[in-house]
Amino acid sequence: MGRRLLLEHDAVPGIETFDVYRKNGGYRSVEKALKTMSPQEVVEQVQLAGLRGRGGAGFPTGMKWSFLAKPEGVPRYLLCNADESEPGTFKDRYLMEKLPHLLIEGMITSSYALGCNLSFIYIRGEYMWILEILEKAIAEAYAKGFLGKNILGSGFDLDLRVAPGGGAYICGEETALIESLEGKRGNPRIKPPFPAVKGLWGCPTVVNNVESLAAVVPIVNDGGEEYAKIGIGKSTGTKLISACGNLARPGVYEIEMGMTVEEFIYGDDWCRGIANGKKLKAFVPGGSSVPILPHYLVTKTAAGDDRIMSYEGLSEGGFASGSMLGSGGFIVFDEDQCIVRNTWNFARFYAHESCGQCSPCREGTAWMEKVLHRLENGQGYMHDIDLLAEINKKIEGNTICPLGDAAAWPVAAAIRHFRDEFEWHVNQPIESQKRNFGLASVPTLV
Amino acid sequence: MVKVTIDDKTIEVEPGTTILSAARQIGGEVVPPAMCFYSKLPGTGGKCRTCLVEVSQGSEKDPRPMPKLVASCSTPVMDGMVVKNTTSEKVKVGRGAVVEFLLINHPLDCPVCDQAGECHLQDLGFENGGEGTRYEEEKRTFDPVDIGNKIKLHMNRCILCYRCVAVANQLTDKRVHGVLGRGEHAEISTYIEKAIDNDFSGNMIDVCPVGALTDKTFRFKSRVWFLKPMEASCECSKCSGKTVVWMFGNEIMRVTARKDQYGEVEDQDGKTGWICNDCRFEKKDISQWNIIGPRKINRHSVISQGNYASPRQTIKKLN
Repeated sequence: MGRRLLLEHDAVPGIETFDVYRKNGGYRSVEKALKTMSPQEVVEQVQLAGLRGRGGAGFPTGMKWSFLAKPEGVPRYLLCNADESEPGTFKDRYLMEKLPHLLIEGMITSSYALGCNLSFIYIRGEYMWILEILEKAIAEAYAKGFLGKNILGSGFDLDLRVAPGGGAYICGEETALIESLEGKRGNPRIKPPFPAVKGLWGCPTVVNNVESLAAVVPIVNDGGEEYAKIGIGKSTGTKLISACGNLARPGVYEIEMGMTVEEFIYGDDWCRGIANGKKLKAFVPGGSSVPILPHYLVTKTAAGDDRIMSYEGLSEGGFASGSMLGSGGFIVFDEDQCIVRNTWNFARFYAHESCGQCSPCREGTAWMEKVLHRLENGQGYMHDIDLLAEINKKIEGNTICPLGDAAAWPVAAAIRHFRDEFEWHVNQPIESQKRNFGLASVPTLV
Repeated sequence: MVKVTIDDKTIEVEPGTTILSAARQIGGEVVPPAMCFYSKLPGTGGKCRTCLVEVSQGSEKDPRPMPKLVASCSTPVMDGMVVKNTTSEKVKVGRGAVVEFLLINHPLDCPVCDQAGECHLQDLGFENGGEGTRYEEEKRTFDPVDIGNKIKLHMNRCILCYRCVAVANQLTDKRVHGVLGRGEHAEISTYIEKAIDNDFSGNMIDVCPVGALTDKTFRFKSRVWFLKPMEASCECSKCSGKTVVWMFGNEIMRVTARKDQYGEVEDQDGKTGWICNDCRFEKKDISQWNIIGPRKINRHSVISQGNYASPRQTIKKLN
């Protein structure tokens, strides 16, 4: 096991209560930041740490914070994006369920760094029980004087509120989240202006993922330089990976960036290989929106090096032979899984979750879903495969928000790497209906 | 003033102008088509993606090109920006894609659609669309919703430009219609049927780029290219009273606001010339109007083909 910065105490009984959390070293970062550091110093530490956004895009958090406009007399807001709805990603859920105070602590420290006096946790509608956990924890923090007026006598005020969404995936996009929080329809805004200049109620706003805000706690506690020593290259620190699919031991793991994919899948401390002694067929490293990779590109890159769990390592080879770390939703498929069925499932998700604002995404995602549905049910034609590839190219890059890209990438990658399976569905429609697991015997499986 | 070059034509515009407005100041071929953007309505634009352009030089200071095509209606110009519209192959492909997406679920019932002839989607499809369709599935349909006795909503034709939402936001205190549903199932509707009851609701018809919102008093009466548009005015306490009446012989078939070459309502007396429902729906007698003279129509649209341009001119233009 590597170092655990976020989930260090997740197994301690009663850690979700304030007292146990405090006894295990909780709220140290708030004390340290509010009493000994200036807001600018906290921002500098986060920049030094090289923390990158854990929500999927991997944009440096410190840089995002430094973009925040600071006009006089205008409030600033920090929003925590807990609208985790991507298929395959459930790391934030685990973190908030087990360690609600870690998120609250991270938000207090981050709000102090950004000069926000009102912050929100925007949580997805399906996480209602977590909303209760968080509200209970927030009430405890208020009672102990870590939230509210004049925190720890430092003169810094902070109100923290939890706002539930209605369960739309699109509200995880930061401007759609802001619209939703304002009480409007969750449509992404047209950028520019960016939220750092004009966000919630027209004020400068920073939107960060749950895990990014939680990671601020160890950064402030140990210092940015110490945090940056963990990891590899520009991927610093630890990352929560929610491993699921046909693994012997799925679950949420905290890894140090830089470990190999092979060790993560097959290592005894980690996922312990594929369930039921089957063989690996494909994997999706970062939630449903990133490209799928076939078995021969899982542990090795196209150049023959070991594939590494980091932002750069997983995208090694670009989209031709690589993927993305994304949000860390690690989905593994064994030999019995049908890629066409899986691709259709993903496409169905995006067609359902598209907000319907811009034409390429509204029409394109639904079209892809229909064509894939046909292919999966043995009613497709060979030209449908090329059609899919072409619809993909037409959606990608032409939409308002990244949902269009996220819908296009998995389909494009599935066709790129598993074209034979799509063709098999066209050529053997009856056979493909009988056994619903695609080309089971890929001859070159490892 | 900032300098911007669009398709090798350079113009100086105010800082903060969008690429589309700058292109409209140049005029002619360089103007990208816009289905959802409406300069008189704040909050519109960016949705339909037909106005995508390529920015091959970001600005004088930072000459890097923008990685993706950008929506020209919502991207402000920078000093020294170089934009490619008709000269870019990427734009042609991207715009063709958007047209295809807009048309896959469009019923293409132009022969029975009142908007035919002045439909922006028709023009767009004619200029940028492909020949056939690759969409083999059934087209999406919606249950008809009755939104009132003056306006017909035909949701199947809608391209979800949100203009009618924006016009209601601007002209009324309390908007009663909006977008319901998500993704492919998003539709313009009222939460309570027949709820649209406002003196200026008829302007929804004028801003609609397609035949989704049409005039019930004009429904199936005539084709627009058989009508003679005449500028007219009347004394009206609610609006400027400056309109265009569409006549067949001596009969007024319908009344609309005065629109410019981009299909947008022109300014009258320094204000946008929205007209009220009385002028639009009630005054159909010629004695109620003071007819000023024939209204010139943009030759670009299909209506002008029959009325104003001679066949020779049309052929010349096509060549």
